[in-house]
Amino acid sequence: MIKNRSIITIDDISDDDLNEILTAADEMDRSLKSKKKINILDSRVMCTLFYEPSTRTRLSFESAMHRLGGAVITMADVKTSSVAKGETLADTIRMADAYSDIIVIRHPLEGAARLASRFTSKPVINAGDGSGQHPTQTIMDLYTIKKEIGRLDGLNVVLLGDLKYGRTVHSLILALSKFNANIKLISPPSLRIPEYLINRVKNKKSLEILDTMDGNISDADVLYVTRIQKERFTDPNEYQSLIGSYSINNSVMETMKKTSIIMHPLPRVDEIAPEVDQDPRAAYFRQAANGVPVRMAIVAKVLGGI
Amino acid sequence: MEQEQTLKITKIKDGIVIDHIPAGKAIKVLSMLNVGENSRHTISLAMRVRSEKRGFKDVVKIENRNVAEEELSLISLIAPEATVSYIEGFNIKEKRMLKIPEVISGILKCPNQNCISNSKEPVQSVFRVINSNPLIAKCDYCEREFKGNELLGKQ
Repeated sequence: MIKNRSIITIDDISDDDLNEILTAADEMDRSLKSKKKINILDSRVMCTLFYEPSTRTRLSFESAMHRLGGAVITMADVKTSSVAKGETLADTIRMADAYSDIIVIRHPLEGAARLASRFTSKPVINAGDGSGQHPTQTIMDLYTIKKEIGRLDGLNVVLLGDLKYGRTVHSLILALSKFNANIKLISPPSLRIPEYLINRVKNKKSLEILDTMDGNISDADVLYVTRIQKERFTDPNEYQSLIGSYSINNSVMETMKKTSIIMHPLPRVDEIAPEVDQDPRAAYFRQAANGVPVRMAIVAKVLGGI
Repeated sequence: MEQEQTLKITKIKDGIVIDHIPAGKAIKVLSMLNVGENSRHTISLAMRVRSEKRGFKDVVKIENRNVAEEELSLISLIAPEATVSYIEGFNIKEKRMLKIPEVISGILKCPNQNCISNSKEPVQSVFRVINSNPLIAKCDYCEREFKGNELLGKQ
């Protein structure tokens, strides 16, 4: 039961919780499609505190709360708020506690959401902390995989790109390992998965760490692509020479199974060529759209609306 | 044999004796206790003393000084099998076996520069010990796991 509980890492979600959320998200999706009015969080208030830019996560949380009949308050711009005057996160959270029923936070420092949860009795949802965790994105990714492929258990999953800093993949690897996935981690050597994360995966035999896509993606059910950020490289030429070997275009798609899907947390830059968008296996826009029903399910469960 | 070797340092009247420190770690223990060139205490130090239990060990004696619980936790991280004897009038008043605590609060900084516990927030660092020997502890905030040398390196 996640009622009245904070969601800081994917470990805060039990297998039963996850199943309940995925089922509830399906119901939310049906209600949205049928334009049925859902007023289960009438008069409840969500406070969103985004200390880092975000488009999809912020909009989908706020949309989810509005769709549930609740209201959203937000700190419009960190630069003009009391944070700019040097207020601690702890004090900002104490204020948000008084003004709202649930707090959604994104922060550049790791552990910020955990700290926030210690200064409020209201549930806190981690919407990304530094290169740490982003649990609701993970639930959304799992929902997308289940919806697209029909199951979560025993899949061949390839994660490609920046596996060192990409926060979305860290939570996802931990979650997929619970579902007996065979996971291939393909990245440039300088952007490999951190060792502390590998240590947290129970079945390490299910992980393969690789440098190249060649011959490693033909059996994939899911190819999860992440953005390799230019700013991670001191030499721009190194980025240019490398990006091509970690990019997906139609000829790469030809080597993949007909039943596979391509996912990406977005925004994408050079990793997936626009020509791939027409391929029915390109699931990344459907994945982003799933953010609303999934976050509706999570917020409704946490606030006890369902 | 052990008796003979230990006598290389004289008995102290009042203070503490930290025994069974892993060979070579005595200086690290002293630096944890902030005992340096400005120290007002008389200190005896024996390194690589022969020991029946572990081959070699270090021993530290500090006169007219006590150790706080916090300091004991810190020493336990470097010398998990050390003993601390409190001496009064040449007699052992109390002898304690050190034990690595389950939770280490406030005394170590998180080695992850990007961890919120290193910012100006009103919180202490908290680590949960996952393994005591060799030491592995997990930061309660950023949830990263660190080995002993990573945790103690910059202290």
